[in-house]
Amino acid sequence: MTDVPITRDFTRRRFLWGERLIEAALFGAAALSLVVTVSIVYVLLSESMRFFAQVPIGTFVSDTVWAPLFAEPRYGIAPLLCGTLLSTLVALAFAVPVGLLVAIYLSEFASARAREVIKPVLELLAGVPTVIFGYFALLVVTPMLRTFIPELPTFNILSAGLVIGILIVPYIASVSEDAMRAVPNAMREGSFALGATKLETAFSVVAPAAISGIAGAFVLGMSRAVGETMVVAIAGGQQPNLTFNPTEGAATITAFIAQVAKGDIQYGTLEYYSIYAAGLALLVLTLGFNLIAFWLQRTFREQY
Amino acid sequence: MAADAAPTGFAAPANLAIRKTFDATFVVWGLLATALGLTVLGALLFELVSDGLPRLFADGSFAPAAQFFSSFPASKAAEAGILSAWVGSILVVLTTAAIAIPLGVAAGVYLEEYAPKNAVTGAIELTVNNLAGVPSIIYGLLGLGLLVQSLKMGSTILVGGLTLALLILPVIIVATREAVRSVPRGIREAALSVGATKWMATKDHVLPYASPGIVTGVIIGVSRALGETAPLIVIGVPTFVAFLPVMMPTEVGTVVYDQMGNERTLSAMDVAASWSPIGPQGWLDQSFTVLPMQMFNWTQRPEPEFLQNAAAAGMVLLLITLILNGFAIALRYQMRKNIRW
Repeated sequence: MTDVPITRDFTRRRFLWGERLIEAALFGAAALSLVVTVSIVYVLLSESMRFFAQVPIGTFVSDTVWAPLFAEPRYGIAPLLCGTLLSTLVALAFAVPVGLLVAIYLSEFASARAREVIKPVLELLAGVPTVIFGYFALLVVTPMLRTFIPELPTFNILSAGLVIGILIVPYIASVSEDAMRAVPNAMREGSFALGATKLETAFSVVAPAAISGIAGAFVLGMSRAVGETMVVAIAGGQQPNLTFNPTEGAATITAFIAQVAKGDIQYGTLEYYSIYAAGLALLVLTLGFNLIAFWLQRTFREQY
Repeated sequence: MAADAAPTGFAAPANLAIRKTFDATFVVWGLLATALGLTVLGALLFELVSDGLPRLFADGSFAPAAQFFSSFPASKAAEAGILSAWVGSILVVLTTAAIAIPLGVAAGVYLEEYAPKNAVTGAIELTVNNLAGVPSIIYGLLGLGLLVQSLKMGSTILVGGLTLALLILPVIIVATREAVRSVPRGIREAALSVGATKWMATKDHVLPYASPGIVTGVIIGVSRALGETAPLIVIGVPTFVAFLPVMMPTEVGTVVYDQMGNERTLSAMDVAASWSPIGPQGWLDQSFTVLPMQMFNWTQRPEPEFLQNAAAAGMVLLLITLILNGFAIALRYQMRKNIRW
């Protein structure tokens, strides 16, 4: 057998320019997320700074009136924050029990076939544009609520909050269901062996074991409810209103931003900068909720 | 043998019957809560169709529907339509998809296949997860502050498309990562062992297997961009647009006046040039409106005729999103059924 001369050194790794170029391009695309995050924070902070140069941050936090159009404009975030939290509370009061019920039913009671039908429907519901939910709140839910509360105004937080609740049920249900399905079957079987029924097992074994995921789902739902714009812009009212009564109308942070942006805003006016200050408050609120969800999921996670 | 006799030492708890009733009752409640989702979806559809359909088929013919799709907004509800809205929606979604799909897929592939475990990768992953939770209206503020004001780009289709692309980027990245992760290691190793480079293995072997999952994520992202309203309000997209970003062939021969006031007749070349995204008359640089903006504008009007218009526009929007999402869900279902590693 003759020796084949070795013409190429296969032991050395060649440096491939094409490969490196592609890797660099892919990295660039991934790094864009970093750039976007930094840009969001930069834009919100720098424009808000100009707002806070004219309105002291102490006034922004402590004043109880938000009235940009007054002869002497007043910028206290409290009424907007109040509207936002009120609509979120109404949404959660609806979505938490319903979402949890759906999640427990899907994870512990429903057959595989029933799940295959129900989950896609919930996903479809999650895909409906929010402007349509706004129309629904204004023209279906508010008139329906009027049969119980005849003096309900056309624009009110109750109806907007309920519809936001419907909107976040799919999120809460699907994230909590995932958490409950991740609980090992041996734990259920142990509970059944002790004589517990399915329902007792679901509430005293499965739900506590999945509590980190379920709590995370609630907080994620809350963060979505806080950031929801169209439903409150259409059905929740435009007037800042420091109230804890959901049957009144009240502007939320998002509704205020949308309302100002919809009109003709002059670049560089205090009103223009005020939507950035409101946006900053919104971002802090949602990021806070997201961090809490992350922390809950990490701290209370049960390892099996 | 007495099969029905209880084993010695065992007695059924006295309250078992009640506890089992609780179980059965819960199933009913669970079903009711679940049915609520279906009911709401049905009620949404019913409400839009029963309000909107009479607007589209007022005199029992297709004429009002044709008028609705081919008219600009107007001050009389019966003369108003969604022409500028649906054309704008298509162009903006095209722009969004052209920007977000390559960037999102590339980022997802990088994070799953290439990214080393270091601080930069950790930071990128953290920001992707956080961006997915940022309210859409904040993206509008980014578009307004950065693109419209700082870069002086105006509320054009390009700016709308860019803003929405950033919004749906996390959706596409997360879907791509999940799809790529589910491709077994063996596929990559087989390709690498016969001398393929990492990119060859990724592009020719991993991506084809991951493509149904990626497509599902892309469709869900695009349908979200189609229905999004809040960020577009913030970047200053108008609701009353009585012109199209592109010219119709019927406009050949129309006399127009340019900025200097000179009279000019539109030629076939002008019309063709308007269909190009870039160039002096490129549509990327034109002002626009979209379907959800048009619907939102009509919900703000007190006259019931305009609410009918809003319902008809909402019906069109809801049908398109339901079809898109239904397609994505069906695709994922097929994928789960067919692929067995």
